[in-house]
Amino acid sequence: MKRWLNPRSALGITLITAALVALPFVVAMGGQAWVRIVNFAILYIFLALGLNIVVGFAGLLDLGYIAFYAVGAYTWALLASPHFGLHWPIWAILPIGAGLACVAGVLLGSPTLKLRGDYLAIVTLGFGEIVRIFMNNLNAPVNITNGPQGITLIDPVAFGAFKFSGNSQIFGFTISGPQKYYFLLVALAVIVVIINLRLQNSRIGRAWQAIREDEIAAKAVGINTRNIKLLAFAMGASFGGVAGGIFAAMQGFVSPESFSLIESVMILAMVVLGGMGHIPGVILGAVLLTFLPEVLRYGVGPLQMAVFGKMLVDPESLRMLVFGLALVLVMRFKPAGLWPSPERKRELTGGA
Amino acid sequence: MDIFLQQIINGLVQGSIYALVALGYTMVYGIMGLINFAHGEVVMIGTLVTITVAGSLIKVGMPVALAGLAGLTASVLVCMALGWGLERIAYRPLRNAPRLTPLITAIGMSIILQNVAMIVWGRNYLTFPHLLPKIDFEIAGANFTAIQLLIVLVSGMTMAGLAFLVYRTKLGMAMRATAQNPQVAGLMGVNSNRVISAAFVIGSALAALAGVMVGTYYEIAHYQMGFMLGLKAFTAAVLGGIGNLAGAMAGGILLGIIEALGAGYIGDLTGGFLGSHYQDIFAFVVLIVVLMFRPSGLFGEKTGDRA
Repeated sequence: MKRWLNPRSALGITLITAALVALPFVVAMGGQAWVRIVNFAILYIFLALGLNIVVGFAGLLDLGYIAFYAVGAYTWALLASPHFGLHWPIWAILPIGAGLACVAGVLLGSPTLKLRGDYLAIVTLGFGEIVRIFMNNLNAPVNITNGPQGITLIDPVAFGAFKFSGNSQIFGFTISGPQKYYFLLVALAVIVVIINLRLQNSRIGRAWQAIREDEIAAKAVGINTRNIKLLAFAMGASFGGVAGGIFAAMQGFVSPESFSLIESVMILAMVVLGGMGHIPGVILGAVLLTFLPEVLRYGVGPLQMAVFGKMLVDPESLRMLVFGLALVLVMRFKPAGLWPSPERKRELTGGA
Repeated sequence: MDIFLQQIINGLVQGSIYALVALGYTMVYGIMGLINFAHGEVVMIGTLVTITVAGSLIKVGMPVALAGLAGLTASVLVCMALGWGLERIAYRPLRNAPRLTPLITAIGMSIILQNVAMIVWGRNYLTFPHLLPKIDFEIAGANFTAIQLLIVLVSGMTMAGLAFLVYRTKLGMAMRATAQNPQVAGLMGVNSNRVISAAFVIGSALAALAGVMVGTYYEIAHYQMGFMLGLKAFTAAVLGGIGNLAGAMAGGILLGIIEALGAGYIGDLTGGFLGSHYQDIFAFVVLIVVLMFRPSGLFGEKTGDRA
């Protein structure tokens, strides 16, 4: 704890806090749309950190992570919308969503964790697709998920009478809905970051690392590899579940389309691009990969107009093209990610 | 009984296509341990190139058979060049990178190829030109077309050719050696760069062939068609035991048949609770069940921890 008290860290924390508080108001000058994008960036940080536990810490390649996000989102959507006429409070739903996602994680993990790397990857990928297909089709004969149309009019997050949607007045300031969500998300993200940091250096975290580096050796020193791996799955999944719940509440709408394989892949790309297993790196990856497509969305069209005087290429595909190119180039020149952990960097540059 | 036979035939056709694509995945994986996520996109490019070449040749009045052959040749050549380029530009610099790095590169390449295809060919569905006359056959109450017969025959012959290449030629021996141990193979005088390039080029040629088959069979193509096809083919490769050629063939055909039978019977089995729109689930459910009991796939050898 001594580290926290020294004046330089204190100054740093104060500055970061000030920046985080000011951010939504500064961004709002460019329109509320940008606040929403910032919110998504934080939501992706949340998801990327959850996946980082599975992939980065424990070294288990999970290509179906979005399934847990979907479970959380649909839990919220079903328990707090006119679809079933239920309007449960957040205190009930978030734990249920996290719990269900956790159960899904254990359910997926327990039969498959003995598989090696790439086999596990394809099984998790298949699981993600199965979950999505069920959500797409469970509207008949009993309408549970309302099929491809999705569920609408989902309740926003609310603490008592204080709703997170719409404008409200606090101390004479007008705060918009997205800005309120921003503060909620930041608070949750801080909790997640702290949990991640504490996990990393805990007994469990070290056990994960041992499994990642050499599973047989880890077993030999008395780590119960099966349970510890399951724990990684379950924890990653519950983070996904919570993020999904907030996502559903924030959007007011969920449909199976939001949970396609490409989303799992994006989150994995955030983790790997930023620097697997390194928390600041993962945060950087999540922020960059959320903003890059959005910046390109607004930048690519006008840029073409300015340079060529007309639209040569459909901006939407050009945007994704640049995005793909960015993934390839970063991996080419920074194979360990943009901000790898110091140990990992040493392993890659020094040594054999 | 006719439905059963009919679905077996449909499954066999679809499965032959899966098998051809799966071979591309499994060859690359067997030699360098990489899941080449962009492989499905190569199939898509193969189909779209054929549409352009054969379609425009038919338009200028070339006989259909000749135009089809020209389209096939063009698509195989383009895809071989594409496969070679992919490996040379994207994957080769990452040979010694951490394991997940090339995977992200492959995903990036897949996004790039999809969007290049969208820019070149547009967002709409394209119709594949009719290259073969429609002839129907009937056996024991089940119908099948000349196209289906041709797909099964051609893919069978191609796979036989590939087996010959891998098990009877010098290049094949070099490939198997590199797959077992790249360093030792290098010491024995195998040029591993050439072997890896060859695996990509051959895999892409098979992908192009599969692309043309998909086109003639479904008569429709789209810039996103490669993704799900690639996914299923990869599933097939894993089902058979990834890195194992015979496994990929068997896995592909098995997957095709399971899907067809599943789609045909799921309604009856579940009393109408689950319909045929659950077709895509079978591939994955079967995969999970098989891997639970045989963690290295149906024909995969027990290997040490390589990953």
